[in-house]
Amino acid sequence: MPEIRISEPQLPQNPASSEGQQPAGGNTAQVSEVRRFLLSRSNSAVVDGGFHWLMVLCALSIFGIVALIAWRLVVSSHLAWSKFGFGFFYKTFTDPDTHQSIFWDPVNARFSAVPFIFGTLVSSFLALLMAVPLAVGLAIFLTEMCPRALRGPLAFLTELLAAIPSVIYGLWAVFVLVPLMRGHVNPLLVKSLGWTGLFSDENPTGLGFLTAGVILAIMILPIISSLTREVMTAVPQSQREAVLALGATRWEMIRMGVLRNARIGIVGGIMLGLGRALGETMAVTMVIGNTPEVHRSLLSNGSSMAAVIANEFTEAVDDAHLSALIEIALALFVVTIIVNALARLLVWAVTRGAPSQAR
Amino acid sequence: MGVGIEVIDLNAWYGTNHTLQDINLHIPANHATALIGPSGCGKSTFVRCLNRMHETNPIARVTGTVRIGDLDIYNDAKPVEIRRRVGMVFQRPNPFPTMSIYDNVASGLKLNGYTNKRVLDGIVERSLINSALWDEVKDDLKKKSGASLSGGQQQRLCIARALAVDPEVLLMDEPASALDPISTAKIEDLIFQLKSQYTIVIVTHNMQQAARVAEKTGFFLNGRMVEFDSTHKIFTNPSDKRTEDYITGRFG
Repeated sequence: MPEIRISEPQLPQNPASSEGQQPAGGNTAQVSEVRRFLLSRSNSAVVDGGFHWLMVLCALSIFGIVALIAWRLVVSSHLAWSKFGFGFFYKTFTDPDTHQSIFWDPVNARFSAVPFIFGTLVSSFLALLMAVPLAVGLAIFLTEMCPRALRGPLAFLTELLAAIPSVIYGLWAVFVLVPLMRGHVNPLLVKSLGWTGLFSDENPTGLGFLTAGVILAIMILPIISSLTREVMTAVPQSQREAVLALGATRWEMIRMGVLRNARIGIVGGIMLGLGRALGETMAVTMVIGNTPEVHRSLLSNGSSMAAVIANEFTEAVDDAHLSALIEIALALFVVTIIVNALARLLVWAVTRGAPSQAR
Repeated sequence: MGVGIEVIDLNAWYGTNHTLQDINLHIPANHATALIGPSGCGKSTFVRCLNRMHETNPIARVTGTVRIGDLDIYNDAKPVEIRRRVGMVFQRPNPFPTMSIYDNVASGLKLNGYTNKRVLDGIVERSLINSALWDEVKDDLKKKSGASLSGGQQQRLCIARALAVDPEVLLMDEPASALDPISTAKIEDLIFQLKSQYTIVIVTHNMQQAARVAEKTGFFLNGRMVEFDSTHKIFTNPSDKRTEDYITGRFG
């Protein structure tokens, strides 16, 4: 039995097992060798333990990073918090000379986050208004109607939109979107919808809330549409067949069998898009106008929370100014984390297949 | 009341796979007809051809004639119209999880724009009574979701949903294969009662089930219908050797 003699030096620590295997006979020599090799392996408890703790460390580091960011923001914004209190988020100041209300006055160290909160909310809401119907329509087309050969390329293209760096969106907006808004869209809106008050200011720059909203809509479109597609694909085929068998048309099947089952996940996808829109900095900074004002007209210049931080942080020399910017950052941080957490929960609730309750 | 079904030279394909070959048979009105045969023999494809669900698969193709009552379903009607007349119950219960029990039963009517609430209430109650589920769910019709019921109850809910649109034919594709024996017995009782009012076509793997509920039985093998006769004849004195081999358990 030469093979046993060869294998013995490799397994000196396990004489018992090789003795036990020997009587098994010549025709099972192969099997017994495998068996002895397996028995000779250590149970790797030490390595396993080390690996376990390494992974725990990786997981905890995420929480650590988030906690450190939050702590740093809280500490650094303390000055602004003690000076302006909660009024930072709703107060306005009056300029003693012109008697106009102002919000952001670095010269006299008076700060209010109102115009930035307003700008962030308005531009994000406009973005959702434009992106959601488009994204859901795209997802419906891709999952339910698209010819198989076209499905892959189209889905791939929409997902590529998400990979484009936001500064490139900003550049594109500056060179293409802004002239388009200035030359064609804004005058048309003022003429046809000016009476609503929402489009009263024919902004000669072409920047403003609406332009920011349009560019944000393009940016969040792929997120909403790919997540909507994901939750719609997760709806079992049997649900579609159940509706079809009742005599439904294709649209009725999509509405009752697909959208109804996927709606919670779709809301989650929309919220994820909202999370991205709230925090988007570069593209918005390039097109919103960067004026810390509140206007009813969507065509006016404004600013957003992320935009003001990006614009002024390097130039803020005054402690109160810096602290006010960091307080805005803290507010943005908290809001985006909550929105994203809720969104993920909703998407997760649908894609893991938990049957949602009636109503 | 149910109507008879006349199938003439039916052929069906999935891609290049010829899953049904030259099927001819007459399914009598207001009786239960069972289709038996080993897995992959084409019996599910066959029932899916009877309400044109087969063609919802983009690679599927059908030729031949199917007459349900007087209606030639492949030439005289749209799939949507046919599916309103031919109810279907699937292998796995598929109630709508986001709808209440009531809405599940009423879904077929609401889909077609039926809104008279008093009539709907009556139809929902009658359908649930007919599917032997009423006593178990009548207290939380609108409170509980269709997905909160047990598997057997879900399947009876799906039967109620199919009955609510008052079909002429009820197709059942292995309706009890995902259920426990007690639920299976309930479904079989149900088929027994329903067949006086509806034409029922039931696909089953369970030969005892076919023998218990159906007057007529068809045996499918490799995409062809080997034999179609009264259930009694099929199970006691089949004319074809292959049928005999199958029902005596020699294969399949």
